[in-house]
Amino acid sequence: MKALLKRAGLQGRSVVAAVPYLWLLLFFLIPFVIVLKISFSSSLIAMPPYEPLLHWTGEKVLQIKLNLGNFAFLVEDNLYWKAYLNSIWVASVSTFFCLLLGYPIAYAIARSNPSARNILMLLIVLPFWTSFLLRVYAWIGILKNNGLLNNFLIWIGAIDQPIQMLQTDFAVYVGIVYSYLPFMILPLYANLEKMDLTLLEAAADLGCKPWQGFLKVTLPLSLPGVRAGCLLVFIPAVGEFVIPSLLGDPGMLMIGKVLWTEFFNNRDWPVASAVAIVLLLFLVIPMMYFQRAQDAEAGGVHR
Amino acid sequence: MKNLLKHAAAIAALSVLLSACGKSKQAATDESAAPAAAPAGKEQVVNVYNWSDYIDPEVIKGFEQATGIKVRYDVFDSNEVLETKLLTGNSGYDVVVPSAYFLQRQVQAGVFAPLDKSQLPGLANIDPDLAARAARHDPGNEHSVVYMWGTTGIGFDRAKVKAIMPDAPVDSWKLIFDPALLAKFKDCGVSMLDDPTDMVGTALLYLGKDPNSEAEADLKAAEDALMKIRPYIRTIHSSQYIDQLANGELCIVVGYSGDVLQARDRAEEAGKPLDIGYSIPKEGALMWFDTLAIPADAAHKDAAHKFIEYLLQPAVAAKNSDFVNYANANKAATPLVNADLRNDANIYPTPAVAARLQPSLAKSAEFTRALNRTWTRFVTGR
Repeated sequence: MKALLKRAGLQGRSVVAAVPYLWLLLFFLIPFVIVLKISFSSSLIAMPPYEPLLHWTGEKVLQIKLNLGNFAFLVEDNLYWKAYLNSIWVASVSTFFCLLLGYPIAYAIARSNPSARNILMLLIVLPFWTSFLLRVYAWIGILKNNGLLNNFLIWIGAIDQPIQMLQTDFAVYVGIVYSYLPFMILPLYANLEKMDLTLLEAAADLGCKPWQGFLKVTLPLSLPGVRAGCLLVFIPAVGEFVIPSLLGDPGMLMIGKVLWTEFFNNRDWPVASAVAIVLLLFLVIPMMYFQRAQDAEAGGVHR
Repeated sequence: MKNLLKHAAAIAALSVLLSACGKSKQAATDESAAPAAAPAGKEQVVNVYNWSDYIDPEVIKGFEQATGIKVRYDVFDSNEVLETKLLTGNSGYDVVVPSAYFLQRQVQAGVFAPLDKSQLPGLANIDPDLAARAARHDPGNEHSVVYMWGTTGIGFDRAKVKAIMPDAPVDSWKLIFDPALLAKFKDCGVSMLDDPTDMVGTALLYLGKDPNSEAEADLKAAEDALMKIRPYIRTIHSSQYIDQLANGELCIVVGYSGDVLQARDRAEEAGKPLDIGYSIPKEGALMWFDTLAIPADAAHKDAAHKFIEYLLQPAVAAKNSDFVNYANANKAATPLVNADLRNDANIYPTPAVAARLQPSLAKSAEFTRALNRTWTRFVTGR
């Protein structure tokens, strides 16, 4: 039996390796192909509301109709470019602030007493026990005109009129940074915690001041954690829909909202699919390039 | 209606319920004793998908007791979400409540089963005038029954508006569309519906044009009118304004009739009563219908008909109107509706006011795209 499996190339190891591929096939590749298929169709008043791509006409003739107009449409109308660029901008700013807050937090936890670390990490993960939606709603209660923050500021006498915070870009950044901060802290912590502290001792022995040791040893070694954290924050933030629609100014143009409008308001599934495909390409291509460059660099160092 | 905030509150309430686990278990045993009255064997169910806060919960209990059919009740807060589920097919729902101008297109797409009118004797209670208006969306009322209807008008906090401008023309769209007037209320808070069909239609009414015009020039004129007032609008949302108006964070809203009254009720419940008014402006207003319909692929069509028939009972329809602050289309129910609501000319308009109300009809796909593009420019155009 074992020999048979071996001949078929189905060793335990390859079966285990197949699991993630199967997962990706089922939950990424197949849905992607379906979305790609719809993006080449045209909309229709029907169920489902788009034309089928493949058509049997008469006998033994399979007609394939590809509509490239949806992608051309995205280029013609500047709405889409503006929305893509603004989403990338919002995600970049949010990622920057997550890093600014997350790095010191992760660093402090990683360097704290080992017995305290678990409790501190638990506190970072604890908010996940409450629904994401409710936590965003809680910010409405904090930021609104007669909310906690404004009332507090009035009470201490810092202001005498409430500041309009809800429905501003500020509220969106607060919401995104708050919601995604744990995704920045977790990989950073994992990285910083593993670091070999004797390297810092060696640096100190060689005359590095603590801040130089941080800049020359800790920071470069933690870059993979920084990169992982930034990607985990940046990618979902680009497509964020819930936070801007609940906390943001209605005028904040983001691609998630544009996609919603195409899909729900315009009822144009093909254009919505094209928007999603282009968004994916926007994110995946630079990332692959980045990864490749990094692999090459890492390979060079090892050799 | 259209109330995401309330929805989240419901989720919060649910989690509280779940934590009170012991209690709910007891409720479950009580419940399991009740359906003994129902015919033995397969338990009948009906899956209902309705707007949030759009039925008196007592009515669902009453239906379950009267028929032994269990109601699985689900809520949505936008027509678009409902429509997407319906167009995808196999929604699993037996009764849904689309607004008429959405229903119009969904009927064309073949989403709904024709109603079996022999199972719905209560249809005789429907106001023939309203049925005729609704038939513009669903010819012959073959697929739908009007559940509630209302208008898109001006809601306002009387005290705040008076403090800023004692003679503010709250009975005219000028209050909204005259930039010089609206500018006065900017800091007090102005909100508008996130609904391009209603808002562009309303702008066209103000300009004295046909609100259902698909002409490019008309759309452009409406866009210009909207753009001029954009700087003075704080929120553009279809449900948040209810709570914001009730909290005193807004002065003037363009909103749905019943929702504005719900804001008044909520302010009262919170112990900070506000004098919130609603007006159908003299230039006219858009009227809309929310209709009951049965998807073609519904699994429990008989139960669905029974549910609709139950809602058509005058006493039941009156109960629902009292709860949601909207007028129903049930003529026999009108005398049973709470007098405050029944005598409110903004909810149950007099014939003279009703004559100024215009339908909001379904638009072509090309126009819808142009309309939504206009709307995006307006919303983002600070």
